[in-house]
Amino acid sequence: MFSLVAFIPRAILQGIPLLFGCVGETLSEKAGSLNLGIPGVMYVGAMCGVIGGFLYEQSCGGQVVPFLAIMIPFLSCLAGALLMGLLFSFLTVTLRANQNVTGLAMTTFGVGFGNFFGGSLMKLTGSAVPSIALSATSQCFRKALPFADNLGWFGKVFLSYGFMTYLAVAIAVVCGFILAKTRIGLQLRAVGENPATADAAGIDVNKYKYFAICIGCMIAGLGGLFYVMDYANGVWSNDAFGDRGWLAIALVIFTLWKPNVAIFGSILFGGLFILNLYIPGAGMATKELWKMLPYLVTIIVLVVTSMRRKREHQPPESLGLPYFREDR
Amino acid sequence: MSTLEDREVAVSLRNVTKTFGSVTANNNISLDIYHGEILSLLGENGSGKTTLMNMLAGIYAPDGGQIFVNGEEAVITSPQDAFDYQIGMIHQHFKLVDVFSAAENIILGMPGKAKLDKKEVLADIHKEIDKYGFEIDLNKKIYEMSVSEKQTVEIIKVLYRGARILILDEPTAVLTPQETEKLFFILRTMKERGRTIVIITHKLQEVLELSDRVAVLRKGEYAGVVNTKDATESSLTEMMVGKKVELNIGRTEPHDVKDLVHIEHLTCLNKYGRKALDDVSFTIRGGEILGIAGIAGAGQKELLESIAGLQKAEEGSSILYRAIDNNDEIQLIGKDVNDIKNLGISLAFVPEDRLGMGLVGNMGMVGNMLLRSYNEGRGIFTHDTAPTELAEEIMEKLEVVAPSVHTPVRKLSGGNVQKVLVGREISLAPRVLMTAYAVRGLDINTSYTIYNIMSEEKEKGVGVVYVGEDLDVLLELCDRILVLCEGKVSGIVDARTTTKEQVGLLMTKYSGDHIAKIHLDTLMKEDD
Repeated sequence: MFSLVAFIPRAILQGIPLLFGCVGETLSEKAGSLNLGIPGVMYVGAMCGVIGGFLYEQSCGGQVVPFLAIMIPFLSCLAGALLMGLLFSFLTVTLRANQNVTGLAMTTFGVGFGNFFGGSLMKLTGSAVPSIALSATSQCFRKALPFADNLGWFGKVFLSYGFMTYLAVAIAVVCGFILAKTRIGLQLRAVGENPATADAAGIDVNKYKYFAICIGCMIAGLGGLFYVMDYANGVWSNDAFGDRGWLAIALVIFTLWKPNVAIFGSILFGGLFILNLYIPGAGMATKELWKMLPYLVTIIVLVVTSMRRKREHQPPESLGLPYFREDR
Repeated sequence: MSTLEDREVAVSLRNVTKTFGSVTANNNISLDIYHGEILSLLGENGSGKTTLMNMLAGIYAPDGGQIFVNGEEAVITSPQDAFDYQIGMIHQHFKLVDVFSAAENIILGMPGKAKLDKKEVLADIHKEIDKYGFEIDLNKKIYEMSVSEKQTVEIIKVLYRGARILILDEPTAVLTPQETEKLFFILRTMKERGRTIVIITHKLQEVLELSDRVAVLRKGEYAGVVNTKDATESSLTEMMVGKKVELNIGRTEPHDVKDLVHIEHLTCLNKYGRKALDDVSFTIRGGEILGIAGIAGAGQKELLESIAGLQKAEEGSSILYRAIDNNDEIQLIGKDVNDIKNLGISLAFVPEDRLGMGLVGNMGMVGNMLLRSYNEGRGIFTHDTAPTELAEEIMEKLEVVAPSVHTPVRKLSGGNVQKVLVGREISLAPRVLMTAYAVRGLDINTSYTIYNIMSEEKEKGVGVVYVGEDLDVLLELCDRILVLCEGKVSGIVDARTTTKEQVGLLMTKYSGDHIAKIHLDTLMKEDD
């Protein structure tokens, strides 16, 4: 029997990695950098977190201190994602390499990075199954408020998650606020819309791009960590993350570059993504058709917004274009 | 005005020189700008007005000479530096973010509270600008604004940054007469409030109406400065165009002149819905060179593009082409670009961005030749023997300096790119050859190569249309000169008997001034 109270938490768990990825990508795109490396960054973020957690669990023989069990994977994840962000910034901002090519290469690299170290860790543990389980670490991540269970459906739908779920929502709200209501946000958007104008107004275009890309990558990397620790209960298996990174990029378009909207958009996407599990009699083939739904709604949003031609709903004007000061 | 001499010098340029490659845009220019005056910087297209002011605004750095602001030497390397010296420039191409509101654009990049409070920001801007009498809705998005409103935002932006010296580059080029009046009102108010204004223009009437002094540039040289009250239309025109220069372009007497294209009542609109061409009628004749003179944006581009089939003409326009073989008259309006091309009408347009129109930068000369003949291959395969030969021929004949005919043309120098473009168009053996700014940015020798090519084409009976900027060249190269002014034909003159002054005055005939017209009539009578 289909139960909404059971469905919503699953949709949310599916959606939160997308929310992290989407907010990160939005930051980067608002500064004019189309970072198609986000799927790779999420893989790297996840794997760095797994490596951190793995080494910590190994070193203390399973008796983990919750604070360290969270902080070590968390910081490793941020560091890995930051390095990816710096790589992308250096290539596309400083060297002005093509953003699409660089992004795609980074995604290929990131997926390979995750699978390579995933395989290495499996070899280290000598595990019989092709996966690594960090259940102790995962438990720390998934720790929900103790009284959530006593609150019936309300607790289940709103309070049954680990801290990273709320962190994702908080990041989205903060980013939305910064972009829309602050001087820094205004200047960041100016860089993405018209870097020459921003430059003439005395804004350091490259600095803004570097920060937006790197912070965006770090946020997106957390999406990968969330997937392993919260969604997959601490189990890493190669390729399990799948194409959620691309879904996050589609979500950016779907939400019209608004992090606040992404909170709801990500849950919708998460729901659409797992809807196939709730369709009675759906076979392996038809399931894949159902999985198209998030992409289909993205296309519909694209068609509708381009028909309405409202300028605020269009991508940042200089998205994907390198900026040469000499062209001024 | 008598107090002008007592005023203090705000900015002073000393022996400023700026070159771009082999072209000297500004040569040894010295100029003073006084506090609280409106100074007009007058000159023809390409005389270096904008370049000179760009050096004050921090867009370019001078190659030689010094700039003094309030008596102290200033090094201005960025627009930010310029603002530090309280200099702000309003460019022709507005630097605004379209999806932002006016207020957001105005405060962009300015320090202040991290959180933006709309009311506070608006109050802050109003405090700064209310004394000047602007009429603008600061909450309006830029993309919803008219050109005039955008310009107002740019002016406010500069004022908000504390500029005391404002430079406006051709501010009225895109404005209606009513909007121009409003702008002038604001500029005068700003002057009364102690701001210094430099206005770059080529409209004589505006100069006389608005400014206190006029500085004139001619071909990158400083031609002098006069008090506006001592100046007249004709004295300024003479300063602007200078005395006739002998160029020795070999011009032959036209023979076997035949009418080729009759243009009648040609009207077309620009993207703003204003008339770019207004009831233009003339004839292109085979065996002569028809020069087209006019201030930038007077309709030259639209005129050539209409004939080439690239512009939509309004109802009532007619472009009749007479085929020489059978005297058939063919209406070109509504015809496809390719059909027009096949009739032998060729357009070599050299836009500001040379590679933007006509050539593909990443392809070599051969590939670019193919662009015009790709239909001639067999089946789906292109045929590149002929284009290769053609490329080699052009390279040899026009002395194109390139490593090989396969080198991407974007790697060639501007002059060589232009030779490739013009060479290709001529190789099509056109009946009508139209060129625009074919020698822009070229050194003198290359320019002469191109003049000679056009003269040769004329000898062959081709109808050559030459849109040019340099009046001296137009007078020496062409047989007739058609002068465009604000989209209208202000006169068609015989290039052998006319004078630079006469053409210069025709160029500004419809700029809303009666004095010029009267003056012009007397000039014409003298010529008769």
